[in-house]
Amino acid sequence: MSEVKKIATRDSYGNALVEIGKEHENLIVLDADLAAATKTGTFKKAFPERHIDCGIAEANMTGIAAGMSTCGYVPFISTFAMFAAGRSFEQVRNSIGYPHLNVKIGATHAGISVGEDGATHQCNEDIALMRTIPGMVVINPCDDVEARAAVKAAYEHVGPVYLRFGRLAAPVINDEATYKFEIGKGVELRDGKDCTIIATGLCVGEALAAAETLTAKGIDAQVINIHTIKPLDEELVLAAAEKTGRIFTVEEHSVIGGLGDAVAAVLSEKCPTKLTKIGVNDVFGESGPAVELLHKYELDAEGIAKRVEAEMK
Amino acid sequence: MNTLELQKQAVEVRKGIVESVHSAKAGHPGGSLSAADIFTYLYFEEMNIDPKNPKDENRDRFVLSKGHTAPGLYSALAHRGYFPVEDLLTLRHTGSYLQGHPDMKHIPGVDMSSGSLGQGLSAAAGMALAGKLQNKDYRVYSLLGDGEIQEGQIWEAAMFSGFRKLDNLCVIVDNNNLQIDGAVDEVCSPYPIDKKFESFNFHVINIDGNDFEQIRAAFDEAKATKGMPTAIIAHTVKGKGVSFMENQVGWHGKAPNDEEFAIAMEDLRKAGEALCQK
Repeated sequence: MSEVKKIATRDSYGNALVEIGKEHENLIVLDADLAAATKTGTFKKAFPERHIDCGIAEANMTGIAAGMSTCGYVPFISTFAMFAAGRSFEQVRNSIGYPHLNVKIGATHAGISVGEDGATHQCNEDIALMRTIPGMVVINPCDDVEARAAVKAAYEHVGPVYLRFGRLAAPVINDEATYKFEIGKGVELRDGKDCTIIATGLCVGEALAAAETLTAKGIDAQVINIHTIKPLDEELVLAAAEKTGRIFTVEEHSVIGGLGDAVAAVLSEKCPTKLTKIGVNDVFGESGPAVELLHKYELDAEGIAKRVEAEMK
Repeated sequence: MNTLELQKQAVEVRKGIVESVHSAKAGHPGGSLSAADIFTYLYFEEMNIDPKNPKDENRDRFVLSKGHTAPGLYSALAHRGYFPVEDLLTLRHTGSYLQGHPDMKHIPGVDMSSGSLGQGLSAAAGMALAGKLQNKDYRVYSLLGDGEIQEGQIWEAAMFSGFRKLDNLCVIVDNNNLQIDGAVDEVCSPYPIDKKFESFNFHVINIDGNDFEQIRAAFDEAKATKGMPTAIIAHTVKGKGVSFMENQVGWHGKAPNDEEFAIAMEDLRKAGEALCQK
């Protein structure tokens, strides 16, 4: 088997901005002293006049983007998820969400896979925060192919979009030649009859790997990739519930307010089905290499398989 | 407009403030009245705007960062012809487009939604930067409260604007010296306001913000200032024009009852009449 290519979705973000920027002069990128880390540095190199470094002032950056969007620009504001969704929550809500402005939020370094920086920088709450804002689209792509397609779709979508990217290199599981991205449309990656694992972002690759190991335990798991948490692909979720009758959600995010709760809301109203939410269990993260943390918090393939097997007994 | 015409227009704008807040039984008359002369000057003299084409991409922009004084903005917009003056009476009523704080999605002439203090100046700076990048010659104005500048985001935006040399941006601080909990210099003093903006690389002008000749001179000076944004520190009287509201902190966010409304309107009627004698 050939080695799987691994790319961090933050790199995909920077590369996609350059590609779209070549075609669209109204695309503008704002950063808050993190251009090297958010990978918008590649855009800055290509289009220095369209890269605005706002300094370490995320609240202001959010408002600058709002103002620029009213003048015909499509701004992508870029910083860590902690600051994009956390620190600037109210600016995003009131200056972008309420007037429904055409601003895109490129939030990198989401989840515990930030790694060594530890709990202060590991945002496990951003999906929860962003999905409560009316009109906000929330996208959490799983690999390089999907991330680049998501940035393009976000550019083309009129209205605010929150894009969640990771720092850790993630295996490329989608085939660029055939992959089609549509906001709000989930993707079935693996058929299965015993249960459904609905995953998002970095956990999609891990969920697929977990499903492979589960076959040896006699469990045939369907795997669904939900890249758009809002609007959620309810049809796909309900079809899965009806088909397998047992749902697991997996996300590198708090079990409170994220993908798990979004799926739970749909199931409890329209097709009550037993659901297990796998995620960060209402705790803060900690320092450590990303791969070790994903293992410790049981969000890697081994942890997911273990949990599914235990729950399916 | 000459000074006398502006003064007469300002009386009409003030009447609209008092009528709309009375009708709403809620709202913020004090800071709307202190800034009424600024609103009037901007919309009837200073800004390059067309009420028939409120989205013109080359228009001047205004961001009311102290969004709670929406009654002042709405009254100026209505009298300038953006929407019917009688609609002011629907302020804050369920179903009205005249929301308690400015809503750009539904109110003709409102360039930015605002109301959560500290956020408007950033949006204004973004508009000014967009104008620079697009080589457009529109100007952007933003009105701040003297209490509002206690918000840290104001200084993030000020640093950005000074650093980026946004000379198409003009900030006006409505320095009426009162905020909800009392005098600004007793709650958490923002003074010296002028020196703060100066140190953020703004050209600063101190004026009596209820004097049209000084207002005109300041905006002319701001337009002539190149290479840096301008901050006009407008020293004003909160509640200006309504006898019992002037310099009274209690009229920050309270509507007059019917009796008080009658006195306020009589004050303004007399002021208008006196101007007609001139």
